[in-house]
Amino acid sequence: MKILTGNDLKSGAVTWWDGTEWSLHVEDAVDVGEHADPVIAREQAARRVTGAYAIDAARDAQGIRPAHIKERIRALGPTVRPDLTLKPADPEAGNWVI
Amino acid sequence: MYKYDQYDQAMVDARVEEFRDQVRRRLDGSLAEEAFRPLRLMNGLYLQLHAYMLRVAVPYGTLNSVQMRALGDIADKYDRGYGHFTTRQNIQYNWIKLEEAPDLLADLAKVEMHAIQTSGNCIRNTTSDQFAGAAADEVIDPRPYAELIRQWSTFHPEFSFLPRKFKMAVIASSTDRAAMRLHDIGIEIVRNAAGEIGAAFYVGGGMGRTPMIAPCINAFVPIDQMITYSEACLRVYNRYGRRDNKYKARIKILVHELGKDEYTRQVEEEFAHLLTQGIEPPLAELERIQAHFADPAFETGLSDAIDRTDPDFALWVDRNTHPHKQPGYAIVSISLKPVGGIPGDASADQIRVMGDLALRYSFDELRVTHTQNIVLPHVKQADLYALWQVLQANDLAAANIDRIGDIIACPGLDYCTLANARSIPVAQKISERMAAKEQEIGELKLKISGCINACGHHHAGHIGILGVDRKGVENYQLLLGGCEGADTSLGQITGPGFDEDGIVGAVERATDFYLAQRADGERFLDTYRRIGMAPFKEAIYG
Ligand code: SF4
Repeated sequence: MKILTGNDLKSGAVTWWDGTEWSLHVEDAVDVGEHADPVIAREQAARRVTGAYAIDAARDAQGIRPAHIKERIRALGPTVRPDLTLKPADPEAGNWVI
Repeated sequence: MYKYDQYDQAMVDARVEEFRDQVRRRLDGSLAEEAFRPLRLMNGLYLQLHAYMLRVAVPYGTLNSVQMRALGDIADKYDRGYGHFTTRQNIQYNWIKLEEAPDLLADLAKVEMHAIQTSGNCIRNTTSDQFAGAAADEVIDPRPYAELIRQWSTFHPEFSFLPRKFKMAVIASSTDRAAMRLHDIGIEIVRNAAGEIGAAFYVGGGMGRTPMIAPCINAFVPIDQMITYSEACLRVYNRYGRRDNKYKARIKILVHELGKDEYTRQVEEEFAHLLTQGIEPPLAELERIQAHFADPAFETGLSDAIDRTDPDFALWVDRNTHPHKQPGYAIVSISLKPVGGIPGDASADQIRVMGDLALRYSFDELRVTHTQNIVLPHVKQADLYALWQVLQANDLAAANIDRIGDIIACPGLDYCTLANARSIPVAQKISERMAAKEQEIGELKLKISGCINACGHHHAGHIGILGVDRKGVENYQLLLGGCEGADTSLGQITGPGFDEDGIVGAVERATDFYLAQRADGERFLDTYRRIGMAPFKEAIYG
């Protein structure tokens, strides 16, 4: 599947396109198929996101998993600072990245 | 330390207001990202893996306690309570909000700091010897010359759009502590047989995908022509440096392709022309700057003797202090590399504590090192124990300068959009694995980069590690034999790469082999240079 990611223009936070708006959580991402470009153009023009792009991902038992490690680290947060990730209470969260 | 005059302050304040307006226009839609991006980069603001990242310039790595405290406060106010000291003697914040960036820059400007020259194809923030003004072995304090270069290069209209970024380093001691020959221009301030001060120019060094050691193109430029000669070097590069291929655009490629002799000939020709133009700053300006760097009021008649009965303290003194030019004083290196820690990271509290210690014990001065540590340049030997106790209480007393735990590691894939692999977890694992053998191994500089851009200086590590992407999986190449300093050399790749655990084991095998092979007094690098790659390779790959 293809999902969209970018950064919130004001805060810089990593966001994922959920079909209506931009979510902080990759599990909310929707498959945009071949329709990435118009969504990106519209959302960037509306300043709801910056630096948006489409990536490959797959759905598994734990939810949506970006294909590349870089995007998995973006989805979680720095693996070396679990306290700053989106799942600070989950000591196993870093394993999802690898 | 240099103090801003009215021009410096007015320039920095104006820049903050200009950027405030640019951010406002970006947020209200009058500026599109394509137009805004170069503007934010000119103010040190990158969009990184998780958020905006601000790189703050620390000119030649020098800070006072007020500035250091401000950096700690900024970490709390605008970031998530920490900062990352980099191999460019700067500090980076990883979680900055665009809407708050102008206020952050205004807070920096209040303490005579900014983020100018930390991005873009301009002359970047000049680096220097972290022991400048304190080292027993220096010819003269190099900082006034670095400051002169800062003033000359800041917003230099001719050099604002160079083919590529441009890094300069200035040292004044034959012990090169700034990796001078791995810069676009490295300047060594020297004294000739007649006692005159001059500048030796090394041009065309660098790391990245094509590492090169800068050749010396002029061993003695009279010091009152240093800026003119720099201008000539830049001018030839600006004119002929390649703009068609980003990977061939650095000056090292030009010097290599033209050949040192032809490049030098062109520089000398340009230099002769520029000498007729009178562009060198007046001597009075250099003297004005030099007055800011006068020695602090050192006490005289002090003893160098210290009480070494506490073995942990004695070890720290041996590892983390260095000879000072003034009897009774020491240069102190504060390691930001606790066992298993993140190299170069410091919490807001730690940053403030170091600022306070500088005020109390080091004539209000600190330095950031390219090895991602902090230096207090002027500490009385008699104060070392009290200082060490405060460092201990704040997890800042790792006794490992230039040991295997004192790892340089770039942010890597945990933070950097350009990365291929993570650097920090590898550094953490090596530091933990090797901690017990660290002192036995002795001097060993280990450097890790998360991609070929080499911000972690892996080419110059006695042991270097380069993260690469193998079909979406992190992989690590091992290099041996790199070295910065007077005997600069580039590391050579040992062979096939390793996964994250594999690279830790490979480092351990290399160091175990060294311990078995070393002759009396040999460092890891010496043994490697004596016996060569083949036996190390055999030990690493079996
Ligand atoms: S070396 Fe590569 S991964 Fe590391 S900080 Fe530089 S660009 Fe990023």
